[in-house]
Amino acid sequence: MSADTPLPNPIRPAFGPGEHEGTTVVNIGPSHPATHGTIQIVAELSGERIIRADVHCGYLHRGFEKECESHTWHNLIPYVDRLNYCSALINDFAYCDAVEKLMGIEITPRCRYLRTLLAEYSRIADHLTCTAAALMELGAMTAFLYLVTIRDYVYEHLADLTGARVTYSFGRIGGLARDLPDGWLQRLEQILKEYDVFVGRVHGLVDRNRIFIDRMRDVGVLRTAEAINWGFTGPVLRSTGVPRDLRKDTPYLAYAELDFEVPVGINGDNYDRYFVRMREMDESVHMIRQLAARLPPGPISVDDRRCVLPDKHLVYTEIESLINHFKLIVDGPDVPAGEIYLAHEGANGELGFYIVSVGGGVPYKVHVRAPSFVHVGGVHRMLEGYQLADLVPTFGSINMIGGECDR
Amino acid sequence: MAAPVHERITARWSTAVQDAAVSHGTLALLISPEQLLEVARSLKTDFGFDLLLDVTAVDWPTRDLRFDVVYHFYTTHDFVRVRVKTRVPATAPVVDSLIPLYDSARYAERECHDMYGIKFRNNPDLRPILLYEGFVGHPLRKDYPKRREQPLVPYRK
Repeated sequence: MSADTPLPNPIRPAFGPGEHEGTTVVNIGPSHPATHGTIQIVAELSGERIIRADVHCGYLHRGFEKECESHTWHNLIPYVDRLNYCSALINDFAYCDAVEKLMGIEITPRCRYLRTLLAEYSRIADHLTCTAAALMELGAMTAFLYLVTIRDYVYEHLADLTGARVTYSFGRIGGLARDLPDGWLQRLEQILKEYDVFVGRVHGLVDRNRIFIDRMRDVGVLRTAEAINWGFTGPVLRSTGVPRDLRKDTPYLAYAELDFEVPVGINGDNYDRYFVRMREMDESVHMIRQLAARLPPGPISVDDRRCVLPDKHLVYTEIESLINHFKLIVDGPDVPAGEIYLAHEGANGELGFYIVSVGGGVPYKVHVRAPSFVHVGGVHRMLEGYQLADLVPTFGSINMIGGECDR
Repeated sequence: MAAPVHERITARWSTAVQDAAVSHGTLALLISPEQLLEVARSLKTDFGFDLLLDVTAVDWPTRDLRFDVVYHFYTTHDFVRVRVKTRVPATAPVVDSLIPLYDSARYAERECHDMYGIKFRNNPDLRPILLYEGFVGHPLRKDYPKRREQPLVPYRK
């Protein structure tokens, strides 16, 4: 294709220029330096004010759900990692939980606690990423560096456990890939102490900062009824003042046994979303400390040959285990026919897996209810009526993750 | 684990529901497409299901009524889930849009239209959302080959 041939337009905007006197239609994205995430926004402006916004996603669509239909249940774990890649472990555990429920497997107490701990640890990493990026886009470079410093400690610490910094593939149907290495919990406590120091500095820099407040307060306001109507969940819904959190409302994993609060906002604006995320991280730290202190001993995987691989030395020494291993790898775990919708509280909101099995080692259908996709569907309500410059912090505050939005 | 609201819904809609079962804590209802809007309205107004989580479909190519259109509802008052399923044929894959009840249906129905070609009556905006303008076919239908490629921009040599 030569340089002067125009590229075909992948979208059909809902409106064009010239419909209203005195307005301008601008196109923002899909690759724009001021928005993180590959998203295209067609906005009608009156001066600096956004009158209408037409939000398009899909630039990261890679056929996740189609691909799932031709791999074994276990082989999907690396794929679900790449949905919300800021908190990959939450995806892992939600998916594994859904398959385990279909198979009627109850995970071991140690696995339950470890999954809860790692999910909260991932939530911290995710909120750090979101908050750091949003602050940087407002020019708060120091706050960004502080938050990303902690996030990097978390990533490296998770790399010690899983071998990867971002996409861990650490969940297994029926358990986890491996147990904690020596000294992991000691390092965890060190990082949590560092977290307190660095996040405390960010609070000091930002919370009562005049510039920050002027940019964030009463910007991108969303009311509770509207948020629910548009399907918002997670920190965005909580910022409007309702304590709706699946960890509290329909407890799963070990959340019923933990002491924690559900922080809520007052106004549903950008400032509340910032503060809800900051407070949620504190609650996650509180939960992690409880979990680490009460971590039960015992195996991390269930003893169930339908899904968990046999011990390596058995695979090498007895024929039954060799066949078992072979069948699990080649044919996949045999998940009984049925369907399930299972939701965990992802870092961005309700992360649901709707799974249909017709029996056998390969799923018939895997559908993801991705919070980012739903939020992008309603984000124009938070953009319309505000300045073009407000688009940057507002869009940052919903933490759209292309991996799970576009699947 | 059947919640009381599950029983009330089943009792209220006993004539309309072709099949009802509680599976993994979710009440699953099978209804005819004609009754979808009515049942959804009742779920929202009578039973407080204020959150439409998700719209998707399942393709069963050998069946006469080829597609299951699947809705998931949640109530932020009782923390209960309901799955509503309705079956439509491949020749007329049409159901009513839930936009009059839930704005979250807008994007979800667009995605379902993209992926399965289900048409949502009275949804004014079924433009492609995850796919692009001009994409041919519906990739999550079982007869769409996984390896088919239709790049919008030609690959670089």
